[in-house]
Amino acid sequence: MAQNPSGPKTLFDKLWDSHAIVTREDGQTLLWVDRHFVHEGSFHAFNKLKERGARVARPDLTFGVADHYVPTRRAGRSIDPAIRNMLDQLERNTSENNVMLFGLNDPRQGIVHVVGPEQGLTLPGLLIVCGDSHTSTHGAFGAWAFGIGASEVAHVLMTQTLWQRKPKRMRINVDGTLAPGIGAKDIALSIIGRIGADGAQGHAIEYAGSAIRALSMEGRLTLCNLSIEAGARCGMVAPDRTTIDYLRGRPFAPVGADFDKAVEDWMRLPSDSDAVFGREVVLDASEIAPVVTWGVSPEDALPITTSVPDPNTILDSGKAAQIRDALAYMDLKPGQKLTDIRIDRIFIGSCTNSRIEDLRAAAKVLAGRKSKVPGLVSPGSSLVKQQAEAEGLDRIFQEAGLEWVESGCSMCVGMNGDIVQPNERCASTTNRNFKGRQGPGARTHLMSPAMVAAAAVVGHLADVRPLIKERS
Amino acid sequence: MQPFQHLAATACPLPYANIDTDQLIPARFMKRSRAEGYGGYLLHDMRFSDDNTEIAEFPLNRSLYRNAQILVARRNFGAGSSREAAVYALVDYGIRCVIAPSFGDIFASNSVNNGLLPARVEEKDAEALIRLLEKDSAQLAVDLEKQAILAGEISIPFAIDPVWRMKLLNGWDDIDLTLNQAHAIAHFRAEDAARRPWAIPRVER
Ligand code: SF4
Repeated sequence: MAQNPSGPKTLFDKLWDSHAIVTREDGQTLLWVDRHFVHEGSFHAFNKLKERGARVARPDLTFGVADHYVPTRRAGRSIDPAIRNMLDQLERNTSENNVMLFGLNDPRQGIVHVVGPEQGLTLPGLLIVCGDSHTSTHGAFGAWAFGIGASEVAHVLMTQTLWQRKPKRMRINVDGTLAPGIGAKDIALSIIGRIGADGAQGHAIEYAGSAIRALSMEGRLTLCNLSIEAGARCGMVAPDRTTIDYLRGRPFAPVGADFDKAVEDWMRLPSDSDAVFGREVVLDASEIAPVVTWGVSPEDALPITTSVPDPNTILDSGKAAQIRDALAYMDLKPGQKLTDIRIDRIFIGSCTNSRIEDLRAAAKVLAGRKSKVPGLVSPGSSLVKQQAEAEGLDRIFQEAGLEWVESGCSMCVGMNGDIVQPNERCASTTNRNFKGRQGPGARTHLMSPAMVAAAAVVGHLADVRPLIKERS
Repeated sequence: MQPFQHLAATACPLPYANIDTDQLIPARFMKRSRAEGYGGYLLHDMRFSDDNTEIAEFPLNRSLYRNAQILVARRNFGAGSSREAAVYALVDYGIRCVIAPSFGDIFASNSVNNGLLPARVEEKDAEALIRLLEKDSAQLAVDLEKQAILAGEISIPFAIDPVWRMKLLNGWDDIDLTLNQAHAIAHFRAEDAARRPWAIPRVER
């Protein structure tokens, strides 16, 4: 999209302009990368570096985080050799290149998309990449953050730059007030249900509107995290007071006069009032109900008050076949009420919903109650874990009968051995209900932490609202 | 990188939407080194049952399509995780082109970086190709220069980002192009350091 350089700009345009180094005739632009996170899966890229005899160009802007493979039950247990090897590889690759690592035994260790913000490494106005699709999370600060593949990781390691084409801009406006018990996860799943898992492909999303402004940083992180599940290149929320209050005093954030200068710059980032977006989507916050997924794509999302779709009533034969296949995998009956779906297990964790506010929301529902099914609660970082324990949340989870473990990606992707057993059904705060995502044959229902807690208490998918009402 | 210009080969229909990268290569195989080859894990849980025997009716397991170098799928192919291993699995199996109505953005870009062509077609054309491959012939030709898929007498256009097309046609690698820009990068850095002093993280190690 050609643009008048002095015309009104969106947040994304401003981020683009401040990172563009050169634009080739063919329309590709070379961009400067401010932060690059690497994790255990980055070994392919480090191997490419070795093949070329190259080293990391900017170790000071590169940060390693051990998360995908870290065991969540660490004390006194030996680690599976194949997993140990993944952790050692990351350790070697980072130390050989003088890259700082938040490793297994670092008190700040956690999931990369929790650690970056928590440490103040994620700031407004930055371009942030990581070889992980949920890098979109960091957009919550008004940063431009996106996931890249191993070839691109190698490119960034070697040059601290990346070639990109400018994505189209899309604004999602959510105005109004959310009802109690409803949060960012419900907003995100409602959006994905509406526009589809590829609905925002090729687009940079900006979330705007009064309901978004009212979200805490934790909520904004959840929302931006799920942008990739709508197919978007990235998602972002313009920085405001909430952003700045969160960042002040974070370990790696600027201090003193530097911070003041930064705030001045950040306050110029929000989209100009007359900026034009290629696409606009509007949602009314007051109409958003607690949402769960029933199928094998995040777009298979519906309000908990409804029923599983019936493929026989769908005219589009491709879509009907897709529903039939999902129902077969998920072992569900057409037209079955969502609240009739019994669960075998719950998981609270992942870069989507494992921050302190998420744990509080789940604990609020679980306090003084018992979980009817087993389950795992894995905080997003060791610091979140510490804080949760200081608030006594760990006791609430354990007294409910759930396991309180160390932080890591854990059962979100099952790489560390925490898996849902074949044919088991799990209510999960994660981001992907893909076939086999939580383990071969695992059946995943995505929902918010409060909704997972409700499912735990009731033993089947359940509306959290009455459970909250009983409390107040 | 091996250039991609023209390919005439066996094509396999995969009549599924949303084939995500977790399906293309399940996470549990990703600890292995690329040198071992990832082709055996491609679509592992769709190709093999729990006891590791082939699922006979899965298209890629049928003798007709076994040597496929082209796949034709429904919308949103390669959504999800950014794992480039999904592309390694396709490439190591022998796939050089995937045809679908839409692709996950990161997957598509990873594909191009490995010489695999993600060819975007209209939904109705994808359906027509799937029907054709299921009923008539398992052969397709793909011409990247002309951006056309040829099935016998029929020619179907496909879309691809023009930059990606050039990269694939020439087998170009971005790094070489970038290293030529060292001067521009240094110039940008000097200006940027003054403009955004706060962008460098405080040293606290
Ligand atoms: S928690 Fe899950 S989605 Fe997030 S980075 Fe880890 S594996 Fe990826």
